[in-house]
Amino acid sequence: MNIQEYFELVWTDYTLRTITLGTAVLGAICGMLGSFAVLRKQSLLGDAISHAALPGIALAFLITGAKDSGTLLLGALVSGVIGTFWIRGITTKTHLKSDTALGLILSIFFGFGMLLLTFIQKQPNANQAGLDKYLFGQAATLMESDVRLMIIVTGISLFVMVLFWKEFKILLFDADYTKTLGFNTKFIDVLITFLIVLAIVLGLQTVGVVLMSAILLAPAAAARQWTNNLGTMVLLAAVFGALSGVFGTAISASQNNLSTGPVIVLVAGVFVLFSFIFSHKRGLLFREIRFRKNRTDLKLMKTLQFMYGIAQEHENISHPHAIRILNNFYGFTKGSLKKLENEGWIAIDGQQWAMTPKGYKQAQEMYNQKPINE
Amino acid sequence: MDNQTLAVQIDDLTVAYNYKPVLWDIDLSVPEGVLMAIVGPNGAGKSTLIKTILGIIKPIAGTVSIYGKPYSKQRKLVAYVPQKGSVDWDFPTTALDVVMMGTYGNLGWIKRPGQKEKKIALESMEKVDMLAYKNRQISQLSGGQQQRVFLARALAQDASIYFMDEPFQGVDATTEIAIINILKELRKAGKTVVVVHHDLQTVPEYFDWVTFLNVKKIATGPVKDIFNDDNLTKTYGINYKVAVNK
Repeated sequence: MNIQEYFELVWTDYTLRTITLGTAVLGAICGMLGSFAVLRKQSLLGDAISHAALPGIALAFLITGAKDSGTLLLGALVSGVIGTFWIRGITTKTHLKSDTALGLILSIFFGFGMLLLTFIQKQPNANQAGLDKYLFGQAATLMESDVRLMIIVTGISLFVMVLFWKEFKILLFDADYTKTLGFNTKFIDVLITFLIVLAIVLGLQTVGVVLMSAILLAPAAAARQWTNNLGTMVLLAAVFGALSGVFGTAISASQNNLSTGPVIVLVAGVFVLFSFIFSHKRGLLFREIRFRKNRTDLKLMKTLQFMYGIAQEHENISHPHAIRILNNFYGFTKGSLKKLENEGWIAIDGQQWAMTPKGYKQAQEMYNQKPINE
Repeated sequence: MDNQTLAVQIDDLTVAYNYKPVLWDIDLSVPEGVLMAIVGPNGAGKSTLIKTILGIIKPIAGTVSIYGKPYSKQRKLVAYVPQKGSVDWDFPTTALDVVMMGTYGNLGWIKRPGQKEKKIALESMEKVDMLAYKNRQISQLSGGQQQRVFLARALAQDASIYFMDEPFQGVDATTEIAIINILKELRKAGKTVVVVHHDLQTVPEYFDWVTFLNVKKIATGPVKDIFNDDNLTKTYGINYKVAVNK
């Protein structure tokens, strides 16, 4: 099957449709909530939470013997929440910094989870097949009920986010100030964090514990490059996340069933790379172009300023002068004279130039920094 | 000043991070309508005092009251200008959006800011002469402009008491004069303004009330009565006069 066949099949084939819808919804919710994690500088929190979820999955299996994703993810949710509270506890109650707390919880919980997994595998009668899919994810095991759960949780998150948009925004920007306004910042904080934990737990089956944080962060990091508006950023991150999910699934399905989780993450990585280079606002490419243009503009302005100095000394500012007198001035070329003429700042007549009133005014106002048309 | 209304009253306030006290047994009364500077060396607890009054930091002991009632009941009377270095100015939002945040407290939970709030925010920006920058992304503002945005945000709160944490830090002379003029206007309008301040030279010119703080309260009162070498020496631990003349 090639990609084109995939996109024809996706509308009719039940399994493909379910998986594609699942990864798309997952990408969208992760992109959305990942924006908050990125802006709170809690990028690593996602990594810690997803690893912290592993022992919950194993324990849920050990206790109930159930293999359905609902039960196991509930276990993941519980241990993910416990891990998150321990991280908060460590940072507020000890002198340890948050990176240390995150690293500690991540490795201890993950280690415990791995231990439980190997223990389960050693059980003689345990039907353990399927638990290790939570390590690297296996989108192919997504069922309609899983996808339905994802859609419901995404809907709830979206509703909460729209409802508390103002509160989320101000807390992200200035938490102390939010507190002085009378908002219960702890509540908002716990709400945001809980939504992030939910999104992570939802993604474990598809992307897996190890790669989960990438799908949370990559769409948000890419989106940040394109906009300076929080709402647009969240929306863009959701779109990037959903597209990563769809294309990741498409590529994985059409290329001999490559593991879906890693492909989704790589597609998200391509979005990041593309955005870092090509975004018009913050991208490396346009920054370089802007930098070069600014340099030429500055040289032009320097020349104009020099001319202004000469013109100032004459009663008639448009008194013509020989081009020759500019020769010893750095930054002056035939090209720059032409550009100045094109702007209507000077007039050239043979070997002579004269300043126009417009150019005179421009030179006068050059150092006035107030934005004129905002 | 005996029958003057007290805007802020602090009794027996002690704050400590871990074991070392940052503020020790502070009693402080701020009469209504003064423009007060809090001065003291680094680590004297100036910012901590403001943050404790505002409920951001919990004290070990002591009470704070605003117009005779606990702060939690009087929040709407109080506005705050934090140090501008306390937030990430690369946050994706505009200057107007930040100023609008000043209206969130009166709006309360869930309700969205509307035309009324926007009007308040625009008026506040006008007062600090930042209207031309309203749609600017905040990362593209200079340090002085960022400070003005923070001031405008506090003005949008329309409070009776303003607490400001080093509003003159890292701003140019033009902005400093613009800010102090706004503070003087606030006082003229009967508001109380409390400012953490570092530049001792400008205290007599800018303020009419001053509090000397160095973990303990050294002195508080009208600038003309208590802003002297004696109190400066007690607060800073050096012979202030000699230090300035050198």
